[in-house]
Amino acid sequence: MLINHALRELMEIEEVSENVLQVHLNGLLQINDKIALKEITRQLNLENVVGDKVFGSFAENFSFLLEALKKGDRTSSCPVIFILDEFDLFAHHKNQTLLYNLFDISQSAQTPIAVIGLTCRLDILELLEKRVKSRFSHRQIYLMNSFGFPQYVKIFKEQLSLPAEFPDKLFAEKWNENVQCLSEERSVQEVLQKHFNISKNLRSLHMLLMLSLNRVTASHPFMTAIDLMEASQLCSMDSKANIVHGLSVLEICLIIAMKHLNDIYEEEPFNFQMVYNEFQKFVQRKAHSVYNFEKPVVMKAFEHLQQLELIKPVERTSGNSQREYQLMKLLLDNTQIMNALQKYPNCPTDVRQWATSSLSWL
Amino acid sequence: MTHLENVVLCRESQVSTLQSLFGERHHFSFPSIFIYGHTASGKTYVTQTLLKTLELPHVFVNCVECFTLRLLLEQILNKLNNLSSSEDGCSSEITCETFNDFVRLFKQVTKAENLKDQTVYIVLDKAEYLRDMEANLLPGFLRLQELADRNVTVIFLSEIVWEKFRPNTGCFEPFVLYFPDYSIGNLQKILSHDHPPEYSADFYAAYINILLGVFYTVCRDLKELRHLAVLNFPKYCEPVVRGEASERDTRKLWRNIEPHLKKAMQTILKTQWYPNKYFIKVFCYIGLSAHTHVELPYYSKFILIAAYLASYNPARTDRRFFLKHHGKIKKTNFLKKHEKTSNHLLGPKPFPLDRLLAILYSIVDSRVAPTANIFSQITSLVTLQLLTLVGHDDQLDGPKYKCTVSLDFIRAISR
Repeated sequence: MLINHALRELMEIEEVSENVLQVHLNGLLQINDKIALKEITRQLNLENVVGDKVFGSFAENFSFLLEALKKGDRTSSCPVIFILDEFDLFAHHKNQTLLYNLFDISQSAQTPIAVIGLTCRLDILELLEKRVKSRFSHRQIYLMNSFGFPQYVKIFKEQLSLPAEFPDKLFAEKWNENVQCLSEERSVQEVLQKHFNISKNLRSLHMLLMLSLNRVTASHPFMTAIDLMEASQLCSMDSKANIVHGLSVLEICLIIAMKHLNDIYEEEPFNFQMVYNEFQKFVQRKAHSVYNFEKPVVMKAFEHLQQLELIKPVERTSGNSQREYQLMKLLLDNTQIMNALQKYPNCPTDVRQWATSSLSWL
Repeated sequence: MTHLENVVLCRESQVSTLQSLFGERHHFSFPSIFIYGHTASGKTYVTQTLLKTLELPHVFVNCVECFTLRLLLEQILNKLNNLSSSEDGCSSEITCETFNDFVRLFKQVTKAENLKDQTVYIVLDKAEYLRDMEANLLPGFLRLQELADRNVTVIFLSEIVWEKFRPNTGCFEPFVLYFPDYSIGNLQKILSHDHPPEYSADFYAAYINILLGVFYTVCRDLKELRHLAVLNFPKYCEPVVRGEASERDTRKLWRNIEPHLKKAMQTILKTQWYPNKYFIKVFCYIGLSAHTHVELPYYSKFILIAAYLASYNPARTDRRFFLKHHGKIKKTNFLKKHEKTSNHLLGPKPFPLDRLLAILYSIVDSRVAPTANIFSQITSLVTLQLLTLVGHDDQLDGPKYKCTVSLDFIRAISR
């Protein structure tokens, strides 16, 4: 956003917009140097010039492109601004040829180019090779979120307020007043403080606001503190607990058996046979014979858990070993399991008691 | 809206959330939405119905079909092309190999008249397969609105939670929406919705009630319950058809259906052991497992039993079990340490061929000659995958085998 803003200002200068060419590259799209080069050719509109020429190396191709930018009298050439988004992904290309060439040309004053890289990684310099790093001008601009909580609240207010150009003036005024009242309410301040403590990121603030704005409808035109609190709960929902909520009773029993195995053997990986034995110990107590399912049925429940990625094999499947004896790990925490059980609908009481009992063979 | 409510049951809050996210046609919506929930919780159905009813331009792609990048990207572009050029019958097929080309072609295709001002929706079903494709695909799709600079929203549908999708170096976080599983009341409502026209709604509702009572503990999956309902309904109606009971005679109907349902529970949930990942479910109505249908010749059964014993008993105990005159057994501490992890839990151990033959000779009453017949039977057991060969084929000091069947199977064939 900053770059675009700066570019726009720059383009307003007459001379600049006539002369300067821009090339925008993105690390996500151009995943190797060949594609990047094609993209540069395309953006500089030099496709017809390049035609079907075959170039020996990247450098030759690139310098050809830049020469072609020189104006008629061959004394000067157009300056080009290269903007590389997701810069760290470019550093993962083979030999970093694109970066090397770009920096090389920018240092050796053949053609006036400027290279601007945008990245989230602070250790970007470590990713660059020695020869690339040496050609880099080492000018870095850090954009950090350095605001405190009061400013965070102000940003919250600003984001929510409607701008002056909004067509319905009366509604806009009422809305902005509502926002002002909200930002002073205690419960709202608590919600914002919680979010601020977790992440100063403005995107997470946007998500929270988005969730609460969803509840604004024609019949409920103004946002209330309750909306914000519910949105905050949705943001911090444990998604794995939600998945556990939808499992069948047999699958819950298997998870409890795995939990007991983890407690006894201290997180060593288990296989289906061990879980089945543990489950049988539970079933064989007199009152619980209603859960006496046959082995293939239990196996199917086990596989469903694997498909939902709640359990994962410790190593990649080998064709030789049988599926029952493959070692697995459970990807749920004890507290997660207990919390999920609290909310589980129609949970039979004996299953619940088995879960909370610490000695499974009693 | 009421039409929507009639078609999509029990999902009002999710539908209203999605509608408020979509907004008006020309509004820019949130760049990416991630919907997760159990299988058969209606994610695909609700999304498709909503987009079709509201007549929003959308492309629906199932990622299971697209095992290469090219298939996925070309499908999206071609479907979009079909949407936009509905006047001329034939439009050329677009080829696209990389994500870069995709973004460029996408920009071109969405310049078409009827797509220009509206939000285009791309729905990717079974999105968990995207994680296994190229690394830039998932972050790219999450940011497609920004990269292509167009009004587009990508919707991901998956069973797996978002935390497992997130790439290591971070990405644009989508709007995460959870489709909760249906409660028992909801299931009742949905299942009673498709009652056959010959019988009254109450009759069917009573049947569904009984069905849920029996099957709800084991299975909460709507698709399976629906299948079960259709399957068992004729049996339920039998007394009425035969004239023995009227529709309201619930006790008689219950007594008729109850044993049948209990039996169905044991057998109907017994699928073959295919990996569930690919949703191949084969319902096996026969009570026995398929393995016991294999008829083995006389010696093969003994070989298999010998192999099982060899796999699961440690070699030191052979002497004790199989020789007529065994020496004194020294009780060592060695035995006690290993009691915890019983061999039955850890799986079969490999054993050399000589040991198998030795055990075979001792368990078969009559004299067994080591003819080629015996060896060929061993090889055919390997082909049947009842034994597996461990190690290289060309090992010179005897091949090693492992037994791959369970105790129940051994018991079944030894009768």
